[in-house]
This record gives sequence, structure tokens and C-alpha cells, in this order.
Amino acid sequence: MTQNRPWIPYLLILPSVAFLALLFVVPLVQTIWLALSDNGAPSLANAERMVTDINFTRSVRNTFLLTIVVVPVQIAIALAMGTMVAKVGRGRETILWIWTIPLGISDLAAGLVWLSILQNTGYFNSLLFSLGVIGRQASWLSYQTPVALFIAIAVAEIWRGTAIVMVIIVAGLNQVPKEFKEAAEIFGAGPWTRFWRITLPLIRPALQSALILRTVLAFEVFAVVYALGGRNFPVLVGEAYNWQNQNQNYSVAAVYAVLIMIISLAATLIYLKALKVDPERLS
Amino acid sequence: MSTETMSATETASRPASFASSRRWLLWSGIAALCAWVLVPIYLVALGALGGRQGVYIWPKTGLPTGISLEPFILFLKTEGVVQSFLNSLGAAGITVALSILLGAPAGYALARYDFRGKDSYRLLVLLTRAFPLAILALPLTVSFIRLGLYDTIIGVGLIHTVLALPFAALVTQGIFLGVPKELEEAAWVFGCTRVQAFFKVVAPLALPGIVATAVFAFVISWNEVFAASVLTVRNRTLTAYLLTVLSESPMHYRFAGGLMLILPSVVFIFAVRRYLFAIWGISSK
Repeated sequence: MTQNRPWIPYLLILPSVAFLALLFVVPLVQTIWLALSDNGAPSLANAERMVTDINFTRSVRNTFLLTIVVVPVQIAIALAMGTMVAKVGRGRETILWIWTIPLGISDLAAGLVWLSILQNTGYFNSLLFSLGVIGRQASWLSYQTPVALFIAIAVAEIWRGTAIVMVIIVAGLNQVPKEFKEAAEIFGAGPWTRFWRITLPLIRPALQSALILRTVLAFEVFAVVYALGGRNFPVLVGEAYNWQNQNQNYSVAAVYAVLIMIISLAATLIYLKALKVDPERLS
Repeated sequence: MSTETMSATETASRPASFASSRRWLLWSGIAALCAWVLVPIYLVALGALGGRQGVYIWPKTGLPTGISLEPFILFLKTEGVVQSFLNSLGAAGITVALSILLGAPAGYALARYDFRGKDSYRLLVLLTRAFPLAILALPLTVSFIRLGLYDTIIGVGLIHTVLALPFAALVTQGIFLGVPKELEEAAWVFGCTRVQAFFKVVAPLALPGIVATAVFAFVISWNEVFAASVLTVRNRTLTAYLLTVLSESPMHYRFAGGLMLILPSVVFIFAVRRYLFAIWGISSK
């Protein structure tokens, strides 16, 4: 059926290719050129300006720290959710729906949700106060409490971003044949051995795509940070935003963009290499 | 003798109590994680409905006292809120339309045809996932100003389509793979043209999945903050509006804004909950 009219598939993918070329490839090249040029000539002046900026080192460190803390916790919680819900018969659908609710919540909204809990007269302080832990309202989100602010942002990110990991992992767990588990049980493998030696290797493709997706998103963290801490906690995308909108310096913003892209690509490649998936398992 | 029966019942009941305590542990874990998701949403709703006074109540009980819809309605009447809400709907509508119109044909091609360049196309689509796409809004500012797309809902819809299109192509591929090829071929045998066969046989069967994909495209656009904030000044979407007025708004307005962002997406996720896992099973391959 493909022989007589070989152009049909090309006709079908052409609109999307054209669209992605115009609005993905072209801006990508533009960003790189904008970042690495000055007055129309190749130059590292913008990169220098970025690196010497007072917030640069802090924003790199903050973004990496957040990613390193948030992503593993999300994977762990999602795995726990997946194993728990696998043991449930009735009520499974409802539980899964509740756990996926944050999937529909934007990072800005997540920041505002946790702001309502962690602000000075918020619920967290009220709880601590009624337990007698604190005598008066404590502040967690100011520049004087960087550690508390970091934890607050991490908690908000974990709250919101775990859902997507959970969905991918549960979808992966659903594809694991029951026979594997039963066979392992017959041969006397305990639950921990089964989890580490059977389940985890079998859901490696799902784990890989969850890790890639979440890590790329974690390096893009921005609105959550802004909603909770304002400018008190610089992150890479936040700096790009400030250079673009406040300082109107598109070139330095572009250097930040290129840096974020390089980091995301590097992380993706590392995951692809570290969690090599057998090609026959992909189909 | 009584001690004997005691110990007998004890040993008999031990496995049962062990199983039931594990059961209890499982359900308390599930309940704790459900609370972890739901309680913060409940609390921000309290904040949104509690108004200015509600913010300063100390210490808070977490009980729904002193709430009414009035503060939320007042927030809706604030200048710019309704307009930005409509702008968000508009941008999301454009995103849904474009990503399905461009993505579904590509998904169909990937599902039904073998052609040279298929792998390269898949690579292009997958490559977009390794990129922080919203960042591309930065250089687009300049071109959009030139094209008259800057600060328009169409411009925001276009960049949001870049986010949603790869997803739509991959997911619709899986949906079309799920429609048996034999049905389509049978339609050809009975004299349908390819186009007729597609719209009479394939499309109705694929429709629920495509609707679910559309809902996802909507949620992607609705929630996007960065690109929308960079590409608009006056015609802001709800996320962009909230981000820019954040630092000068009172607390209860921020909570109301948060609630307003959450509600539509939660309803939509509820509507497509059956397809969530099928879709992510497909798109994470």
C-alpha cells in the first residue's frame, strides 16, 4: 500500500516538520548566535558578562542543588506509590486520580499553594505554634533563611512534580508481565530482591524517560521559586528572565538559555548512557 | 488445657494479624500520600476564600471558618483578571487546534507507513524533549516584534504549540496503532477512498484518545509561565499576569490566583483520568 503513493506519509508529516523547523530549529540557532555574538561578530563578551554577574554562581549552584535533591526524592516517592497501588484492588482508580492531580497544576500555582502554608501567618507556623515548638511567627521564605527557603522550594517542587514521574512509572509497571513476579516468588525471592532484581530492571525504559523529563524540567525551575522567594533565591531561568525583561539585555539572556540547554542535553545523554535500554525492549 | 488452646489460637492468628498489620501499613501509606496531595490544595482554597482578614488570623486552625465566595469574586473583578483568563483560554485553544491539526497527521503517518526519514523524524520529535523549550521564547521576542506577533495571543499559542506538538504526534501515533488496520482495509475493499475510510472508520475509533490528547495540550498551554511572560506585555495570559503582579498583590489575591489556576486543570485531568496511563505508557517509549 505504500508503493503506489509513496508521498502520502511525507505529506502527512510535512506540516509538523515545517512548524518545528520555523519555531524550534530557527529560534534554537538564533539563540546560539545571539549568545555568541556581539554587534554581528562572534564574541564571548556576553558569556563573560554572565559569568561575572553577581548572581551567576549562586544561580548555578542553587539550580543544581535543587535538581540533585528534588529528582531522586520524586523517583523514590513515585516508586513507592507505584508499588503500593499495585497491591490495591478496589479504589485503585480513585487513588491514582488523586495522586495525578498535581499533573494539572502549574509551577506558579504550586508556589502559591505552598506560600499559603509557609507564609508568616500560615498553616505551618500555626501548627508549630500550637505544638509549642515556636513562640512567635517564624519566617521561612526570607533571604535571611536561605536553607529554609531552599527546603520550601524543594518541597513545593516535589509536591507538584512527583505526579508525572508516578504516571510514567505506573504505566511502566503495568507492562511488567505477572509471570516474572510469580516465577521469582516460586524461586523464593523476597519482596526486596524482587523489587531490585526484577521490577526495577524491567521498568528501566520508563525510569529513563521519567528521569530525562524530570531533570530537564528541574533545570527549568522558575515560577515556583519566584512565587515563594521572589528574588531571594536566584536560579538559571529566573536570571534569564531578569536579563530579558528587567535589563532588556537579550544577549545575556540568550547565554543563560544556551547554558540551560547544554546542561539539559548533557543530563539527557548521561541518562541515555547510564541506563542503556535494550533496543528489543523498546518496541 | 486452656493455656494450650490459647497458644494454639495465638499461633493460628499470628499470620493473619501479620497480614492485617501489613494491610494497615499499606493503607496508611496510601492515605498519607493522598493527604499530601489534597491538603495543600484545600489550604490554598481556604486562603483564597478567607479574604484579607483570613490572612492575618493567628494561629490558624485549618478549619473552614469565616470563608465566603466574596473575596474570590472581588479578585475576579480586579482589573485584568478576567481579560487574562480569557487570553489564557484563547492561547490554549490555539495550542489545542494547532497541535492536533499538525500532530495527528504525523502520528497517523508514523503509525501506518514505513518511509525513509521516519527515524529522523522521530529523532527530531524526541530531541525537542531534551530541550527546555520555553527558553526559545527569548530569541522569538525579536522575530515576533518584527512579524507583529509580539504581545498577541496568537504568538503565545504558537510557542505553546512547540511544547505540545511533539507530545501530540507521539501520542496520536499510539492511538492510531490501537485502531486495527484490518478495519481500515475492509473499508477500502468496500469502496471507500482513503480519506473516506479515515473519517468514517478510523477517526470515530480514535476520537476519545484524540480528545484526551487535546486536553493535555490545553493543560500544557494553560500552565506555561515563562514563554507567556516573556512574549506578552499587555495581552497577558493568566499565568503571566499573576507572575508580574505577584510582588505587589496582597496575600489573599495571590491565593485566589493560585486557586483559579488550579481549578480548570484539575477538572480536565479528572475528565481524562482513564487515558492518563495509556497515554504516558505510549509517550514514554
